[in-house]
Amino acid sequence: MTLQLAQATALAQDAAEASGAASLAWLLIALPAAGALVLFLAGRRADAWGHWLGVATVAGSFAIGLAIFVQTLGLAPDERLREQSLWSWMSSGALDVDFGLRLDPLSITFVLLITGVGALIHLYSVGYMSHDPNRRRFFAQLNLFVAAMLVLVLGNNFVMLYLGWEGVGLASYLLIGFFQDRPAAATAAKKAFIMNRVGDVGLAIAIFLIWLELGSLQYSEVFARIGEVPGGTVLAITLLLLLGACGKSGQFPLQAWLPDAMEGPTPVSALIHAATMVTAGVYLIARAAPIYNLSETGRLVVCLIGVVTLMIGAIVGCAYDDIKKVLAYSTVSQIGYMILAVGLGPVGYALGILHLLTHGFFKAGLFLGAGSVMHAMNDDVDMRRFGGLWRTMPVTFVTFGLGYLALIGFPFLAGYYSKDAIIAAAFAQGGWQGWVFGGFATLAAGLTGFYMTRLMLMTFFGESRWKELRSTDGREYHPHESPVSMTAPMVVLAFGSVFAGFLLYPVLPGWLAPSVGERVAAEGGPVPYSVVPFLVVGVSLLGVLLAYLFVGRRPVPVQRPQRVSPVVAAARADLGANAFNEAFLERPGIWLTRLLVFFDNRGIDGLVNGTAAAFGGGSGRLRRTQTGFVRSYALSMLGGGVLIVAAMLAVRFA
Amino acid sequence: MIAPLDPIVPGSGGNPLLIVLLLVPLVGAAALYPARRNAAAAKAIAMVTALVELALVVVAWSLYSVPAAQAGTRFQFEFSAPWIPAFGTHIAFGVDGISLALIALTAFLVPILLLFAWSEKLPEGRSVAGYFGLLLATQSTLVGVFAATDVFLFYVFFEAMLVPMYFLIGRFGGPRRQYAAVKFFLYSLLGGLIMLASLIGLYVTSAEQLGRGTFTWADLQAIAADTPTAVQIWLFLGFFVAFAIKAPLVPFHTWLPDAGAEAPIVAAVLLVGVLDKVGTYGFLRYLLPLFPQASQVLAPVVLVLAVAGIIYAALLAVGQTDMGRFVAYTSVAHFGFIALGVFAFSSQAFAGATLYMVNHGLSTGMLFLMVGMLIARGGSRLISDYGGVAKLAPVMAGCLLLAGMSSLALPGTNSFVSEFLVLIGSFPTRPVFTIIATVGIIFAALYVLWFYQRTMQGPVRGGAVIAALERGGAGGPGTMLDPGVAADRNKAGFPDLGRREVGLLAPLIVVIVVLGFYPAPVLDVINPSVTATMAELGLPDPVPAGGIVR
Repeated sequence: MTLQLAQATALAQDAAEASGAASLAWLLIALPAAGALVLFLAGRRADAWGHWLGVATVAGSFAIGLAIFVQTLGLAPDERLREQSLWSWMSSGALDVDFGLRLDPLSITFVLLITGVGALIHLYSVGYMSHDPNRRRFFAQLNLFVAAMLVLVLGNNFVMLYLGWEGVGLASYLLIGFFQDRPAAATAAKKAFIMNRVGDVGLAIAIFLIWLELGSLQYSEVFARIGEVPGGTVLAITLLLLLGACGKSGQFPLQAWLPDAMEGPTPVSALIHAATMVTAGVYLIARAAPIYNLSETGRLVVCLIGVVTLMIGAIVGCAYDDIKKVLAYSTVSQIGYMILAVGLGPVGYALGILHLLTHGFFKAGLFLGAGSVMHAMNDDVDMRRFGGLWRTMPVTFVTFGLGYLALIGFPFLAGYYSKDAIIAAAFAQGGWQGWVFGGFATLAAGLTGFYMTRLMLMTFFGESRWKELRSTDGREYHPHESPVSMTAPMVVLAFGSVFAGFLLYPVLPGWLAPSVGERVAAEGGPVPYSVVPFLVVGVSLLGVLLAYLFVGRRPVPVQRPQRVSPVVAAARADLGANAFNEAFLERPGIWLTRLLVFFDNRGIDGLVNGTAAAFGGGSGRLRRTQTGFVRSYALSMLGGGVLIVAAMLAVRFA
Repeated sequence: MIAPLDPIVPGSGGNPLLIVLLLVPLVGAAALYPARRNAAAAKAIAMVTALVELALVVVAWSLYSVPAAQAGTRFQFEFSAPWIPAFGTHIAFGVDGISLALIALTAFLVPILLLFAWSEKLPEGRSVAGYFGLLLATQSTLVGVFAATDVFLFYVFFEAMLVPMYFLIGRFGGPRRQYAAVKFFLYSLLGGLIMLASLIGLYVTSAEQLGRGTFTWADLQAIAADTPTAVQIWLFLGFFVAFAIKAPLVPFHTWLPDAGAEAPIVAAVLLVGVLDKVGTYGFLRYLLPLFPQASQVLAPVVLVLAVAGIIYAALLAVGQTDMGRFVAYTSVAHFGFIALGVFAFSSQAFAGATLYMVNHGLSTGMLFLMVGMLIARGGSRLISDYGGVAKLAPVMAGCLLLAGMSSLALPGTNSFVSEFLVLIGSFPTRPVFTIIATVGIIFAALYVLWFYQRTMQGPVRGGAVIAALERGGAGGPGTMLDPGVAADRNKAGFPDLGRREVGLLAPLIVVIVVLGFYPAPVLDVINPSVTATMAELGLPDPVPAGGIVR
């Protein structure tokens, strides 16, 4: 406890004012924000060059981020935390919210991921969206996303986090619904925003609690004094922050929006719904490490949510035929691993971020590969119509294949380092937690091997089923390799998929230590640390083998088999998540709304109009009292006089 | 500085600025009468008047001294002259940061509204001069109601502002305008009369305590704490009913959807955006400082109404079929947030509530204007008559979405700052109410996004849209239109925003975004007055445990 407190204090050391390259930190955000503004305002005039502006602003931010990174490397570890206060955002009474940025290893890591992968995906989109008449709007919204995401990770207080948090929510909403005339896209966009807002309520209330307890929302201040807060309140804060993380990161029970979000254009799925935005929940927990360090129960709940989600994602991923939805559920599952990792506390913060980074490379690469396949296949996503594509799309095949190997944890590729380390750390918890966390995480690794192999086999191997088919608009399929602007980012990301784990694993925990604390070595537990990689690789290979036996050895039917086992049926139905939402939230909500509208019109307004009608009728009767006889008027005057005197006496002696 | 006026009557004098602000729109309205047959002249006179008023408000804003307010000057630009000496009433004006912000909001909105109504098709036999004249007259009464520092004078303006608004709704409104106008008038009048009873009671208590009756706000405030709580409660209730009808709080709200649906758009903006704020302004200016103990005793009752309204009205907004009623219900939900802030009794919540009044005027004003632009094209007020408009009019869809985002208080828009301040300021004193209110942000997302989806997204559809396209020479049922084809058709049938429309929305958009990131210009003016209100209430500002500023 004292050690954790000491660590918290160390994390909260006074930040130096940013100088040198770091003083340009505001430009990181300002560049893509300005890009978005110009592209929105310029309208059709910018159609010819808008996409290049979009690429340039993000590339510019990446260059600045790199400069800041290099400069930060030159500093001693305890000097790597710097702040840049831009202006006072809102101030009233004792509250003063700073519009300020925090540069530390954690935020710089994210800056490089967001702008690096972001620039690649912007470049890819130039080709991918080249046929879309609204490409300029697409780049405007994509730039808006990058700006908001950078605010999220760079903010130096919880309100800045919230600004970015909902800002990326808006960008995500816009981009999921980019094909506005598709009702499914519009519905998916709305669903994403609203489910995210459920999480945002948690985040908001956590912010209020922190303010109430500490009178500050500045990270440095909060982390330095979080030890003063009673344990029960700390637990509440950790759970509320977790609710926010669940919404943004598609974790149980708020996971149902993420697969639907695949309605957006594929580059959006790659950047927002795989590599960056959906990992914001992991960032939040890692950022709030000093708070989570104080609550063992809070961390336990985080781990449980992570384990439940990684299983849900892996199970459902086995059942879908839509290539993007398989990848989406894979994302749900992989973020489950990250949440599990950061839930493990000081053992796992750095591992969670490591998996986040490697996943950022290989999952973005996989999505771009899927987009390349769709591009070649008349925007079709049904893998049952694919097959044998490795011949016609060699670059896509190789880069996708490397991403695949990285994801299933093939030895010495990216996912091998990051995922196996998380599973080993989970086992090292000991007790029932070790068995449960480690066991399920291993099992899910096997399922990952299964669904990803199934995806590879159905898409790239086997018969070329598309030769016999037409797309829904009646066109033939003519698969072809994508243009260089699309394949080049895929190649770069493939390099990342291969080398990121190998390169980052040894250095990342040390680099992140000033932000999330020194990594504690994982020891003990039911399965020895050195055995875990063999176990995980073995189970994954088993999944691959099973996929080969079930899918690879017989022809894939183009029509989806309808008679399937209950398990497959449940997986196809998202394990009941959408049915639950519909039965317990959507339909009762509609009925409640209708009931209230009726109540308001007939009940409240009926009462108002009824009173008015009663007065109308009453005055008709009253009219008859106007008899013209002086004696009756005199009587009413007397009555009125008595009332007034009584009222005055009442006021006087009250 | 403007020199003090020579006293006309003994004991009178002060700064004439607020009287000028009050008279300019009134004179402008009167000047429209000779131009009643010449629409172009009427428009020009009205616009010049509105711009002069705006310029004067800018002058007032720049002359308003924040340091003086911080140092304890309660009102600035004060003017006072005896009115009915027998009753101790005065023609007394003065503004603090709260009232100045609301006067500025009004002056900012009126030119925009005139521009919106510039080429509006009026009902048979109605003149532009009458229309614009009533708008300016409303503005004048609003300046009066916010600037009055004499409670009786406030009451007079409180009732007077009903008159032009009644005629705006009843003469220029939709099909059921008579019903809506009478309902609005009677409902408000009823509230006003109950307030009058309390007003007389207030006078009597002041006569008891001071030996002479007074209506001067500052004098009444000075003796407020000495009034027995039981008396305060009765007087409080009289004012409260009037303000709760005006604001409106659930369950006094049912006149607003009718008025919102039937009023012409510009009147709806002025009504919901500013006139209704007199209710919440009254909470802050009259209930809390004049009946401090009663406010504390009755706060839970008001908070229940406020928080119930946030959830209830939001759910009702989801279920509306008429666009005007939809915006009206969203406003009832927003008024719940404002009332929560006022009765949470902390400086952040007060500042948030005040800023909310301004921001709500901007965001709901813009939402109403967007709805008006839809109606101008389709001729129908029903949500179901529109669909897929984004495809035909993307700029319009973008503006509607921005207004919606401001309405659901997305960070980066003006409304977030106020909603956040209300909630974070209410949490320390009223955690349970605050948590329920925070859940309301989910429903806000629901009603905004569903409205947007129904009208803007999906394939081009809806009776009004299809009819407009056909009128414009483009035929065909509401099937998916090819974007290229749609681009040609919309020029004729369902055009995107024109220059005038972009021009009138641009200032709103700029202010909505700028105040989202940099609210300091308004917050700085509001904050000292909020602190003063805190002191008048007699409660310490609940500084959270740490209380350490960044």
